Amino acid sequence: MSKTPITRAAAATPVRVARKVRGLSDRAIAWIFVGPTIFLLLAINIFPLIWTIRLSFTNFKANRLNREPEWVGLRNYERILTDSDIWLNMQATAHFLFWTIFFQVLIGFTLAYLINKKFKGNDLWTTIIVLPMMLSPAVVGNFWKFLYQPQIGLFNYIVAFFTGKDPSSFEMLGSVDLAPWSIVIVDTWMWTPFVMLICLAGLRSIPDYIYEAAEVDRASKLRQFFTITIPMVLPFLMLAVLFRGIENFKMFDLVVQLTGGGPGSTTELTSINLKREAFEKWRTGYASAYAIILFVTVFGLASIYVKALNKVKER
Amino acid sequence: MTNFLSGLLRLKRGPWEMLATILIGLGVFMLMQPFALWLYTYSFIVTLVGTVMFIVVSHFKD
Repeated sequence: MSKTPITRAAAATPVRVARKVRGLSDRAIAWIFVGPTIFLLLAINIFPLIWTIRLSFTNFKANRLNREPEWVGLRNYERILTDSDIWLNMQATAHFLFWTIFFQVLIGFTLAYLINKKFKGNDLWTTIIVLPMMLSPAVVGNFWKFLYQPQIGLFNYIVAFFTGKDPSSFEMLGSVDLAPWSIVIVDTWMWTPFVMLICLAGLRSIPDYIYEAAEVDRASKLRQFFTITIPMVLPFLMLAVLFRGIENFKMFDLVVQLTGGGPGSTTELTSINLKREAFEKWRTGYASAYAIILFVTVFGLASIYVKALNKVKER
Repeated sequence: MTNFLSGLLRLKRGPWEMLATILIGLGVFMLMQPFALWLYTYSFIVTLVGTVMFIVVSHFKD
């Protein structure tokens, strides 16, 4: 009789342990396996979340541990939701979110469509395109900072080459009008490959016989694109949008490295503002309320994402 | 539209999830729009209602 992995594992179990386990029910064994995960989940995710909710109703300061925090009710939430500066941060986040997703979907889908065509060096090009995604955001932020330098940066010279402007006449990171676009460009450069990969998976999942049937019915290439390719890639595209939307809502490292939230607060996204409130001004209670607002927003978006994911699975 | 309303009345999961999704979307829009501060002020409560509703109605029958 051939030994299965289960019989091998049973044979390898020390006699003492085997005797103890034999006395346990299936349910107890299941709990032994699941228990550590549940404990870690409670300790690392659920407990801090409940603690943060509690702190959001107080004026607790993490740098004044000997001072008893006061219960302030909904005052933190009220102050955040009537603060026009935070409203501007939300708008900066919205600008960043909308345009990064727009460009990433547009360029990502176009690249995927091109890469999906069979040609020589297809795999090499895929690897080259995917490279930016593999870099650390801190590294990307640092080297784009050099590329954006008005005196020596390559970016200004490329723009100058095409527009005829003087390269040192504009500063991408120092200008109030251009800084929000500079972070959009870098994020698009870095994360378009991610959207491309998801779209590529969608394109490759379309069976060839559908296109062949369309050819038999004498459907034009344009018609095939709009009635076969787009509808079948749409769920994947939707997933990419939601993934990037949730990620960019929490964007921190890349923007801190590039602009630090400046000039002024034009590129101060909500996560940067939140970090300042929590760890520079030490308004822990206020920052907790801020975090809960962002959490509920991201959680809401994630719920929609799960629903969309289930729909994709059903197809 | 009639199907949607009757689904809501009969506590069907689909229409209620749709309503919750609309509320979440509306809340996120209100949070980030540049038009009116009062919309921003009420954005959190709309998103919160939508999110809680989504959690509750996802246990309804299809």
